[in-house]
Amino acid sequence: MAARTLPVIDRDNQAYWTWGGEGKLAIHRCADCEYFVHPPVPFCPRCESRDVAPQAVSGRGRVVTFTINHKAWVPDLADPYVLALVAIEEQDDVRIPCNIVDCAPDAVDFNMEVEVVFEPVEDLWIPLFRPVTA
Amino acid sequence: MTLFAEKDTAITGVGMSDVSRGATQSALALTLDAALEAIADAGLTRADIDGIATWPGEKADGSGFSPVGCAALQDALRLEVGWYGGGGEAPGQYGAVFNAIGAIAAGLCRNILIFRTMYEATARKTAYANSLLREGQRQAGPFSWYAPYYTYAAALQQALFFNLYVHKSGIRPEQVGQIAVNQRRNAALNPKAIYKTPMSIDDYLASPIIATPLRLYDCDVPIDGAAAIVVSRMDVARTLRNPPIRIEAIGSSMRYRNSWTQLDALDTQAQPKVAEMMWSRTDLKPADVDIAQLYDGFSFHTINWLENFGFCERYGAKDFIEGGKRIALDGELPVNTGGGAMSGGRLHAYGAVHEACTQLWGRAGARQVKGDPQVCATSTSGGPLAGAMLLVRD
Repeated sequence: MAARTLPVIDRDNQAYWTWGGEGKLAIHRCADCEYFVHPPVPFCPRCESRDVAPQAVSGRGRVVTFTINHKAWVPDLADPYVLALVAIEEQDDVRIPCNIVDCAPDAVDFNMEVEVVFEPVEDLWIPLFRPVTA
Repeated sequence: MTLFAEKDTAITGVGMSDVSRGATQSALALTLDAALEAIADAGLTRADIDGIATWPGEKADGSGFSPVGCAALQDALRLEVGWYGGGGEAPGQYGAVFNAIGAIAAGLCRNILIFRTMYEATARKTAYANSLLREGQRQAGPFSWYAPYYTYAAALQQALFFNLYVHKSGIRPEQVGQIAVNQRRNAALNPKAIYKTPMSIDDYLASPIIATPLRLYDCDVPIDGAAAIVVSRMDVARTLRNPPIRIEAIGSSMRYRNSWTQLDALDTQAQPKVAEMMWSRTDLKPADVDIAQLYDGFSFHTINWLENFGFCERYGAKDFIEGGKRIALDGELPVNTGGGAMSGGRLHAYGAVHEACTQLWGRAGARQVKGDPQVCATSTSGGPLAGAMLLVRD
């Protein structure tokens, strides 16, 4: 498989892309009203609090939508693979782009229950999701 | 003073360069061809142009996405302007037009040259067939959330949204394919179109899947080319050679989350509130529209706009386009009459404006819509980008 392209890390997104090293999916959350703010922003759009910081969530969610890629955009791109948006179970409007792994592409479906796994790449931990098995 | 500034503006001239899958001219030469044609079409000279606008402005990244900006064109033509502007943070590709309306209302300009240049066909002969990701280079900005997941092209994000739309609406592939088939039929009558070979629904269904449910023939075609329009203040427009094509209403709002992942409604994208704004600025209704040039970066966009403009109900596009008759040149709402970006070539919403004016001025030759069309709905889009204009020829 081709190498994953990595994001530029800044103060706002650092937890999201690194807490996987401890097995945690970090989503920013307002300390005052408990609203999850994603992508991470140091401001709560619901209650205007500035006390917003990364917090580990369960790592479980559902597939909001997905696509099975069939085009070899670059060499060494295993075909097919699944790109999906997953909503975290804590708050349905927090959507995370990811690949669905440990699953045949044709088996992925809308609202499928999934859980996070992390793939280390260089200094980062990339969140991926797999079907909930237990 | 009118309440809505766009009603004091009109399109007075249009121009288009050669459109090809590999130009023999530079991107700047193509831009000059389009610009000079638009200025002459309006009955103006270089000295009359006192504003320049483009979207998204010069990007010297080798992608061909926008190789020419305001400064390059200004210097080539040695224009003297009271205002100019190019930039990508705008309501889609029509951001340049909306900015120009503001500049006219502010008294900065009378005749603004607006252009869009693409050189993607040439760029893709030397680079990977995309420009979103660079090998070994970390990604910043909104696409960074998608970067690790092999999201090499906008097609993949759009396929995510399109799949949800298919899931919710129940539209079938042979219904989706009517967009591509209709546009290929129209392109055959457009001398500047890229693809003119007839396409059947079977051809559409046989085209390769890019990313489910998106097929190759749902995608626009990268080209080398440029389109330009002149937007003039209405009192000036009334003195020029063409009947003014009034900008009756615009939709330019951002009353939704501007995000490729957190869009409020993924399956309708950013369009509904933009369309709502446009209709709130005119007494005209969807039933008054004679023709529509709807954004077609992917056929899914056109299907979205049919619903979001109110030409049919939510999730009713599948019935509206069934069989293709309603959207054909002789149908109740001819759509993308020049072949659109999918068969005509990806001039990124400016080919659509050019075609709108061509039809409203009755210059479309073999593809001219009968009945003297006067009102055209136009739109741009793509994920969180959306913009809309209603054009009316007096």
